[in-house]
Amino acid sequence: MIRPDAPLLLEIRDLTARVEDQPILKGVSLTIRAGEIHAVMGRNGSGKSTLSKVLAGHPAYTVTGGTVLYKGDDLLSLEPELRARAGLFLGFQYPVEIPGVSNLEFLRVATNARRAGKGEEELDTFAFEDLVRERLQVVQMDPAFLERSVNEGFSGGEKKRNEILQMALLEPLVAVLDETDSGLDIDALRIVAGGVNHLAGPDNATLLITHYQRLLDVITPDYVHVMAAGRILRTGGKELALELEERGYDWVDAELAALDRTPAEVG
Amino acid sequence: MASSATVGDLVSQPYKYGFVTDIETEKIAKGLSEDVVRLISAKKNEPAFLLDFRLRSFRQWLQMEEPDWASLGHPPIDYQEIIYYAAPKQQEKKASLDEVDPKLLETFEKLGIPLSEQKRLSNVAVDAVFDSVSIATTYREKLAEHGVIFCSISEAVKDHADLIEKYLGTVVPGNDNYFAALNSAVFSDGSFVFIPKGVECPMELSTYFRINSGDTGQFERTLIVAEEGASVSYLEGCTAPMFDTNQLHAAVVELVALDDASIKYSTVQNWYAGDENGKGGIYNFVTKRGQCRGDRSHISWTQVETGSAITWKYPSCVLQGADSVGEFYSVALTNNRQQADTGTKMIHVGPRTRSTIVSKGISAGHSSNSYRGLVQLGPKAVGARNYSQCDSMLIGDQAAANTYPYIRSQQPEARIEHEASTCRISADQLFYLQSRGIAFEEAVSMMVSGFCRDVFNQLPMEFAAEADKLLALKLEGSVG
Repeated sequence: MIRPDAPLLLEIRDLTARVEDQPILKGVSLTIRAGEIHAVMGRNGSGKSTLSKVLAGHPAYTVTGGTVLYKGDDLLSLEPELRARAGLFLGFQYPVEIPGVSNLEFLRVATNARRAGKGEEELDTFAFEDLVRERLQVVQMDPAFLERSVNEGFSGGEKKRNEILQMALLEPLVAVLDETDSGLDIDALRIVAGGVNHLAGPDNATLLITHYQRLLDVITPDYVHVMAAGRILRTGGKELALELEERGYDWVDAELAALDRTPAEVG
Repeated sequence: MASSATVGDLVSQPYKYGFVTDIETEKIAKGLSEDVVRLISAKKNEPAFLLDFRLRSFRQWLQMEEPDWASLGHPPIDYQEIIYYAAPKQQEKKASLDEVDPKLLETFEKLGIPLSEQKRLSNVAVDAVFDSVSIATTYREKLAEHGVIFCSISEAVKDHADLIEKYLGTVVPGNDNYFAALNSAVFSDGSFVFIPKGVECPMELSTYFRINSGDTGQFERTLIVAEEGASVSYLEGCTAPMFDTNQLHAAVVELVALDDASIKYSTVQNWYAGDENGKGGIYNFVTKRGQCRGDRSHISWTQVETGSAITWKYPSCVLQGADSVGEFYSVALTNNRQQADTGTKMIHVGPRTRSTIVSKGISAGHSSNSYRGLVQLGPKAVGARNYSQCDSMLIGDQAAANTYPYIRSQQPEARIEHEASTCRISADQLFYLQSRGIAFEEAVSMMVSGFCRDVFNQLPMEFAAEADKLLALKLEGSVG
């Protein structure tokens, strides 16, 4: 839902970042207001996953320039855990397994960390159990998964549901979902997308990072951004995704080649 | 920005217990000879049988060679450069704490072991050993009401010579191994516990060992005897100041459990481990062995090993009585340049004896961590069973973990199970937890305590949380 007067949640300006010595992001700008759903599309290696990791503060990525404001404040100076407590959420493409750490305990500690970030009281074990059982409905997840170690032995689909369950518990203001559709069969995709739609509201925003149109068939974006070689090449409405689906990414290469020439000629 | 620089900032979490207490100490000249052994014995006014035990052990030690089979490396130890007896100068130990040098009380208070009447732990009796001698033991009267003897071994030699003569050196003989022989020759103090028939010890017993002098070896000797149907839970803790030189610690612990008796022995070892380059730290060569002498007796070792530059330690159970049970639960953590070669021996002698081994090794930095264990089933151990589980956790990519399980069975029908696993804490796992609002330290601690849960569950409740915190502290900055 686009409302020009909605509060600004995320303002990314000319963001550049590298991993080791390799520049990946080469000047990304993107503005997200409350209530909006954005989709960033692009090929493998275009930098879209890097964008999500940089926003969440992954230590392997170094920001080399630009700014990111979150609700008007500098985001990049915050430790990853403080970003999360402030309401930024990253749904991982490949959620890691953490043997020995109970999923329930993990969810409780995470939820309470976020609640502390909102100035709310900690939930005790019982109150949390009630909450988690209610939120399990959002992703139609079996409570048995709470008793297991975090993501350990979960199938690809179960891991993604566990991600959306975390999102449902943490109630983020900005959810960045990195390839949430990858590795999901059509039923799991519907459940996960249903969860995302359920959680999207007028006060929060969602940034979907995806390869394919099929996720956007079930979650309708307000904006679609096409990313290539570390930049956003074009921004449009949901019809841009359909255009990509029809024409493929080849035109992106042509546009990119033109773009690469221009700055050189200008000097 | 959560860069590796931030992680690096956390690295040098200083060792909290590295201070030295400035106190006048009576020391004998460094070096080891028969005269030194006689001098130590004379200082303690020991009966002839004990001097005899010392001298026999010393002569055997002279014939022995330092073992070199463990996965450990260190420069040769010069046994003539060590002081074998150091004691804070004070009046003879008094029943009242008022007589104890306040500096000593202050030291233990700083270590979190308040001894004074008003502040001491309410349900734990403590024997405090400073360098070579025991300076105070709390709750002695209350324990005496139950017939429980808890005192320093020096006092026991004076007041309960018959018990010492009957049990000392019967589980770990004076010539058992190189370091046990050395200890038997020069041991200075330690704790003695005696639980009479049918008595359940009314509180936790604990000995706290503190090395203070820089050039002194620590050779304490602990003996715990539980008579028929008696039970006791005992905890040992230890710290030392930070010195650039290495100090030798060679202790011996003997446990004797008669019919239906039960002894639970827990250790939280936090000796100084040396700096990040491996300079300084304690060389910990310890012999711990329990004998389930009686039928249906039970001995359980739980250890949390976090300190020392070198750990060489194999708390063992000799399961002699029919249906006796031995257990070993261990967490060994090494960081920086620490080396640990630790494990257990379960010697099944009697029929239907059972043993459980749960070992968790955590290696970080450039450290090396080996589990070495023996499960032996003798010809009479019909129906004996063992279960072993050895898990290793690697942190970073410079640390090493090894497992050396030895199984010798003369029982074709025996059930011996061994499981082993290795895992690694990765930067991605930590980032995952951080990205859910969980701070770095808490994330490490969650993962490590998850890994160690089976062992921590065995610790007395008061100490389980401490152990959790201690591990987290030791690991700060080792992941990144």
